[in-house]
Amino acid sequence: MAMMLTLGELREGDQIRVGGKAWRLAVLEKDGLRVPLTLCIPADVYRDYVRRTRIDESIHVELHRRPFESMRWEEMWDAALRIRNHFLRTELPPDLQAALAPAIAQAFGQKPVAVRSTAPGEDGSRSSFAGIHESYINVIGLDQILLHIRMVWASLWSDGALLYRRELKLDVEQSAMAVIVQELVAGERSGVAFGQNPADPAQEVIEAVYGLNQGLVDGTVEPDRWFIDPASGHVLRHEGPAVRQRMVPGAAATRLEDLPTGMAQQPPLSDRDIAAVHGAVRRAGELFGRPQDVEWTVRGVGLWLLQSRDITTAAAADGQDRRPWYLSLRRSFENLHILRRRIEEEILPGMDREAAALGAVDPAGLDDAALAVACEWRAVRYEHWKTVYWDDCIPMAHGMRLFGEFYNEAVHPDDPHEFVSLLAGAGLQGVERNRELADIAAALTATPDGLARARREGLDGLPLPLRSRIAAFAQRYAVGHAGMDLMPADVLKLVLALAEGGSPARAPSGDAPALEAVFLAQFAEERLAFARQVLELGRASYRLRDDDNLYLDRVEHVLRDALAEARRRLARRGNAVAGDVAAAEWVRALREPGYTPMPLPAVNPDAATADPAVRPRQLVGQPAGPGVARGPARVVSSRTDLFGIQRGDILVCDTLDPTMTVVLPLAAGIVERRGGMLIHGAIIAREYGLPCVTGIDRAVELIRTGNILTVDGYLGLVRIHEPAMGS
Amino acid sequence: MTEKNPRTVLEELFRAQRFAVLATEQAEGPYANLVAFAVTPDFKGVLFATPRVTRKYGNLRSDPRVAMLIDSRANCAADFHTAVAVTVLGRAAELTGAEHQAFLGVYLERHPSMQAFAHAPTTSLFRVSVERYVLVDHFQHVVELDVGQWP
Repeated sequence: MAMMLTLGELREGDQIRVGGKAWRLAVLEKDGLRVPLTLCIPADVYRDYVRRTRIDESIHVELHRRPFESMRWEEMWDAALRIRNHFLRTELPPDLQAALAPAIAQAFGQKPVAVRSTAPGEDGSRSSFAGIHESYINVIGLDQILLHIRMVWASLWSDGALLYRRELKLDVEQSAMAVIVQELVAGERSGVAFGQNPADPAQEVIEAVYGLNQGLVDGTVEPDRWFIDPASGHVLRHEGPAVRQRMVPGAAATRLEDLPTGMAQQPPLSDRDIAAVHGAVRRAGELFGRPQDVEWTVRGVGLWLLQSRDITTAAAADGQDRRPWYLSLRRSFENLHILRRRIEEEILPGMDREAAALGAVDPAGLDDAALAVACEWRAVRYEHWKTVYWDDCIPMAHGMRLFGEFYNEAVHPDDPHEFVSLLAGAGLQGVERNRELADIAAALTATPDGLARARREGLDGLPLPLRSRIAAFAQRYAVGHAGMDLMPADVLKLVLALAEGGSPARAPSGDAPALEAVFLAQFAEERLAFARQVLELGRASYRLRDDDNLYLDRVEHVLRDALAEARRRLARRGNAVAGDVAAAEWVRALREPGYTPMPLPAVNPDAATADPAVRPRQLVGQPAGPGVARGPARVVSSRTDLFGIQRGDILVCDTLDPTMTVVLPLAAGIVERRGGMLIHGAIIAREYGLPCVTGIDRAVELIRTGNILTVDGYLGLVRIHEPAMGS
Repeated sequence: MTEKNPRTVLEELFRAQRFAVLATEQAEGPYANLVAFAVTPDFKGVLFATPRVTRKYGNLRSDPRVAMLIDSRANCAADFHTAVAVTVLGRAAELTGAEHQAFLGVYLERHPSMQAFAHAPTTSLFRVSVERYVLVDHFQHVVELDVGQWP
């Protein structure tokens, strides 16, 4: 078995070993088209590596910890990160290394290369894998090339790749990966040409940018587009972008830069260039018997073809091509950097302004017609911000993921989630709030007879300054998610529970400075600034993940205020409705006297829990916060459940929302239905040093308040003890 | 009836199988579990790991006597004559310190994918000091191997 082949050495039948990308480059080269110097590492080498290092067994364990079908994307990402860490930490066996190293060193020396995935079977025209697996550019030196070959192999198991295969119903465990190592042609102008416009089959499209292709491929740089008549090669139409920028190779990574003034006004391609690209994409279409999607670059007067693949017309035509969604799971540094600015400078202040402006009008002072308008408008604005939240705030969580992968590539830690500790202490609003609550508890303890009077007489028993502090706190943090609003009496309950138990839950863990030093020590001077920026992006992503929920809840709160007024008003008129009601129903009832709003259908409890003979004893989820805790369960489905928490309870919930975490200083552990290491519950658990298990299906149904639980946050286990053992 | 040396049979079985049924004692009677096992190179010890939150861990803490069953059944008719089963009788001890370090390596050599599980602070590694192996093949052919008599 040859472990490495040049394009010229590929023979009929090798396609299955080297993948379509390598095979097509060989066909183009043989036809006289110019392609960069390329070495192919067949999929057999991958198979040999995972078998002999027994990474294959670890992959199996990761993918079968929970039923694959029921794993959420976040859990898939966690599993992918752990699998990737195996590849990062496991060197090639010596004989494999000896078979690859000399040829790579001889071919490329210290020249920058691209290390690209070329997975066999990824080129079907209905199921394109284009972009699903990783390719790395600007890789220099033998050690780095060998490392990046392992990183490309690992990308077979990325969250996007796993989910995409699951959707296509492919057997994930039969997958294998070939790699090409290719001389990097630092193009002055680059682009993608489509032999057939997916939107109009009668046209060909050429997209082009200055600099490297990366910016175009990940959407950071907007291209110029030429629509071409395929037969004659004539340009039918040209569309320029709003702004022309370019990606260039930097010392640390590719970077985005503005173009010199003269250049920014000029489209990147001349008529001659357009004719050359048109000729190449047309020839590629003839060679492969169907229209091609060709990636190319121009340097000097030379046109290089970087890859060619079938256009996924069939899938696109029936609207079933979900690949773009899976591709959106990966975001570049530049892309996230822009997103962060948008969230911090536009979205969050926008939500804040909107909540304040809407909240300035007291619904109680409006007549029915005006209240109907207020309910309607607030619902519209809330839906608007919810959409913004899903489209922009949720993807910002990729900043943590990007940093996590970057950290693991640099540090190769034992624990692939070690980086989460480094993000801690980034000034979460929820943590600030809880610190304030602890201060109030300390003030109560310091007040002579304060505790006893508060217990006896409630808020009225407190001296005025303390009462005002509690009222101010309740007002400031009143907004709770899904009706779990905070009232002064709740604050007092929490303060009492905190004050009675001595010092509350510990402050955030303090190992971040040491970890940060270890992380930064991995970088040479020229890459240090970039490493700091990625860390900063990760921290911002971590902080925003918490804060954006709080801002959105403020908008939701003003909507609920108006709906609550509608409910009160109708109830006073003898038209009371129990349960949740959609905004549109309240609006209609306000406008049509006598109309009774329809409540939303109640959530149907799972009938499967009904069998009295079945008793869950040990539940398996994801280990999301290290530590072990034992205590009574506090299952939270309503605000009564939430604020009834006692010190030492284990909080069991479906989804832990930031506004719910006000009770965390009293909790001994967390169990959550939603899975993942980077979801809110897991993040906040680490912040408080609380054992946490996430991804427990039907947690709030299977566990009852008062059940004695042991939460093993190292292994992701929740044991429900027999009643006798709990007593 | 056994054509092969019983120790060779044991060796082949241990090389092929990854899982054993572990029986422990509890107040209400015996209790059985499936565990991933490894044998020490001298065959005098059988290793397995368990979270401390489990019932088997509680049982082992109060009574270290165990039986384990390791077998080669394939759930087909031929099993009656081709399957081999060995019962391991002995006492399980929770490993700590240098012993834990040494035997953890042996265990992970057999089960490399259990790295994270075996290293978790809430996981314990046990070594069963084998007193006797009871080897059954060809349906009812039984031999006993007294480990105390081994060199």
